[in-house]
Amino acid sequence: MGNLTSALLERLERDFDITDITERHERLTTFKVTRDHAETLIRELRDREKYTHLNFITCIDYIEDGVFSLVYMLQNYVTHTMLGVHVDIDRDKAEMTSIHTLWAQAWTYQRELREMYGINFPGSPRLHEDFMLEGWDDMPPMRRDFDTAAYSTEHFGHVDRESEEPRQYMKVQFYPNRGGDEE
Amino acid sequence: MLKITGADDIPEQEDVLANDGLSEEDRKLFSNARPKKYEPYPIKAIEDFANWARANSLWILGFGTGCCSIELRPLMTSRFDISRFGVAGRPTPRQSSVFVIGGYVSVKTLKRIIRSYEQMQGPKFVVALGSCPANGGMYFDSYNTINRLDLYIPVDMYINGCMPRPEALLHGIMELQNDIKAGSCDGANRYVENFDWYKANQKKIIKNWNMPDYNW
Repeated sequence: MGNLTSALLERLERDFDITDITERHERLTTFKVTRDHAETLIRELRDREKYTHLNFITCIDYIEDGVFSLVYMLQNYVTHTMLGVHVDIDRDKAEMTSIHTLWAQAWTYQRELREMYGINFPGSPRLHEDFMLEGWDDMPPMRRDFDTAAYSTEHFGHVDRESEEPRQYMKVQFYPNRGGDEE
Repeated sequence: MLKITGADDIPEQEDVLANDGLSEEDRKLFSNARPKKYEPYPIKAIEDFANWARANSLWILGFGTGCCSIELRPLMTSRFDISRFGVAGRPTPRQSSVFVIGGYVSVKTLKRIIRSYEQMQGPKFVVALGSCPANGGMYFDSYNTINRLDLYIPVDMYINGCMPRPEALLHGIMELQNDIKAGSCDGANRYVENFDWYKANQKKIIKNWNMPDYNW
């Protein structure tokens, strides 16, 4: 872990109670922060620590723990390091502060997350417009309790192909009169 | 060839299209006439000549819907040189006669495919490339890609593979030419004859139908 990052992480640990600090590789460190502190922390990283670039926002569905883990990936172009900020939010009442005021492009990610996971970001522009799924009226499809194969079967008529046990099948083909009996 | 089942269950439709998806204001801007069937020339020699001419000037719509459409690019260049068959790429549906569906079709793309297909002038032919339009391919269980294209628009030629080489595509186009010359490529007529069946299938999965039913 670089000296710059470790000093920063120590300070963040003191100020924001970050937990689960993991060094993924020498340029990428991830940690977890509570939902209430997240926006302040990200703003701090952007304005004072030169993590000026938002690479992406994504979400991981930990259905076993009942949480969505949002990941904000930030990049520093001075030290060429990345920080992954994990924020756990409640799965049943999925709502998170919008950060479109920090990076204008964030609203596109938030719009996608709203559509794919059903996470609400109050105040995010054009949040409830269709993004990729036009006229979707089912459960958000990237939630892990959504059964995509059943949906495909129901709506697109997918039929599994029939398969035979090869040996028995060929016997019937070769000896049709004897019901597949070789003797 | 697709066996159309259940077409009789759809009640007899009126002579004009309802254009239900449009607002009252927009409905005035679009025609509500039903599509018309192509009638061949009464003299067979003339129809054969027309088919021969059609087969040798296939213009492909430049609309790649999925990953297989990457195989259309090498066809244009000198190695495979598709223009020796009289095939050329065209930028708009109004000028083209062949629609190559390049791979998987998502629901969102299907809406654009239907729109482009209906805008094309007859005679028009559809070539489905790769395994996804035939049976879903590797996206068979996706929530967002259809499994069989010929439930929604008529397909004249399937080319198998994931993805097919340009040679396979060349072969498919030559087969399509043979079919056209023999006069057996009647996909557009199938679409007209079973128009209500196709429309019902399309509207079943395209939930926000906000476009006219046929005329553009």
